[in-house]
Amino acid sequence: MFEASELNIRNRKVQRLFRILFLLMTLLLILPVAIILAILTWKGSSVINLSFLFTSPTEGMTAGGIFPALIGTIWLVSVALLFSVPLGVAAAVYLSEYARDNWFTRTINLAIINLAGVPSIVHALFGVGAFVLFFKFGTCILAASLTLGIMTLPVVIVSTWNALQAVPMAFREACWNMGATKWQTIRRIVLPNSISGILTGIILMVSQTAGETAPIMFTGAAFFLPHLPHSVFDQTMALSLHLFVLATQVPGVPEDLPYGVAFVLIALVMVMNSLSIAFRVYLRGKKKW
Amino acid sequence: MVSLPHSVNPVKLAVDDVAVSYSGKTVLKGVTFDIHEHEIFGIIGPANSGKTSFLKTLNRMDIFNPAMSFTGRISFSGQDIRTWRNVYSLRSRIGVVFPLPVGLPLTVYENVAFAPRLAGVSRKEDLDIIVERCLARAALWDEVKDRLETLGSLLSGGQQQRLTIARALSQDPELLMLDEFSIAVDPVTTMRIEDVLKDLKKEITIVLVTNLVQQARRLADRMALFLDGEVVEVGVTEEMFAGHVKDQRTKDYLDGRFG
Repeated sequence: MFEASELNIRNRKVQRLFRILFLLMTLLLILPVAIILAILTWKGSSVINLSFLFTSPTEGMTAGGIFPALIGTIWLVSVALLFSVPLGVAAAVYLSEYARDNWFTRTINLAIINLAGVPSIVHALFGVGAFVLFFKFGTCILAASLTLGIMTLPVVIVSTWNALQAVPMAFREACWNMGATKWQTIRRIVLPNSISGILTGIILMVSQTAGETAPIMFTGAAFFLPHLPHSVFDQTMALSLHLFVLATQVPGVPEDLPYGVAFVLIALVMVMNSLSIAFRVYLRGKKKW
Repeated sequence: MVSLPHSVNPVKLAVDDVAVSYSGKTVLKGVTFDIHEHEIFGIIGPANSGKTSFLKTLNRMDIFNPAMSFTGRISFSGQDIRTWRNVYSLRSRIGVVFPLPVGLPLTVYENVAFAPRLAGVSRKEDLDIIVERCLARAALWDEVKDRLETLGSLLSGGQQQRLTIARALSQDPELLMLDEFSIAVDPVTTMRIEDVLKDLKKEITIVLVTNLVQQARRLADRMALFLDGEVVEVGVTEEMFAGHVKDQRTKDYLDGRFG
């Protein structure tokens, strides 16, 4: 009675074919990540130990640890976050909640998209011109972090904007009708309910910031420093640049050493991401609609 | 003809030749009538006749919508709403209930305490009194008094609509506007809310937008028929249903012979 027609059967075959196709694509995507992690763990784990993490490089960087670079990366990322998160979130709130759709807003949106498309080496040169020379910060953490911050602003703005737009318009209207100002509505309803989406943007930004090399190599990161930075006006080592230097600039580096540095860099990013994801899961558990 | 008590009450809302437009396209024009204190003023009419736009004009929502603008004059408690010193204080005197219940993503308690908190009430004892009183006025207190800390969105549809009524009452408004409140509510809850409105009428003024002619008949003291962006007729509900209408379109609409 419910006999499948020729067409039914064919549709089902096609459907299966596409399902498998998309599955394969997805697996293809995971493959490089898995291989990178496997190689780094395999080759890098031999050099990882507490003294590698907590001592300075020695013997012309062919031995010893990575402590100054590890601390330097944490400095760079933290200062960049302090700059780009408040600025990016504020800009996104303005664009999403206050701005009217006119030529001014459209120009700003265009500028943000273009900012996202600027190559990192161009950001680096801008950083040198603006922060190192014009503002006379010199090559230091502040100049490098500001350069990183500007580079990652579009990520923060776009993801925050998306998170804000995901809050139903009806919530805002209900608040306005009760006599709430736009700011009261943003503060009490819109921001608390978009915080997990905003965090997603910050996670992306942290990963990008920790790994970038070009923007910091002319603005604040040094090949080798025997001491830790004391303030944002000091130069610093950084994991990403240290890896680049070990891999290309220093003769006689043991083969496993760069793998160890790369492993630590990725582990650092993953730890920071996991913390943010855990926080997001906690917040999502409290999501209220 | 019976002289009805509402007609001797002072005018709460005086609407004079109001027109509303979005991006230059007029959706409502020539609206002129008075709404008196302690009356339920019904606004009936089919979809897209300008009813909701009219409500939005009353609490100056045009300020938050750049495309929306209105002309004409509306006085609330004797003062032109354009010259009202602060649009937020105007809105806090007008409670609004939407067609679909909008439970803010907060607990039942915080939903009702939201507006009073914004208005500066911060003592727990004061808020407790407001929350209980408003939930009781909205006929919801008995059902939720043991779960004030659950999320408003977890209540049933009918309970959520009463929650929004409680919220609309939380600032002791002088005027309550309801926009087709019973669309998503079961008949039993609708009847409960209607009883609530009849009670509230003793204290405040109510504007009731509805597309249910019989609901207007049950509740409204006077009513206006909106049709295609115009006010066809304003009159006393009883008389209109008794057949004393001037316009044939009103008669057709009340008899249900209309699109």
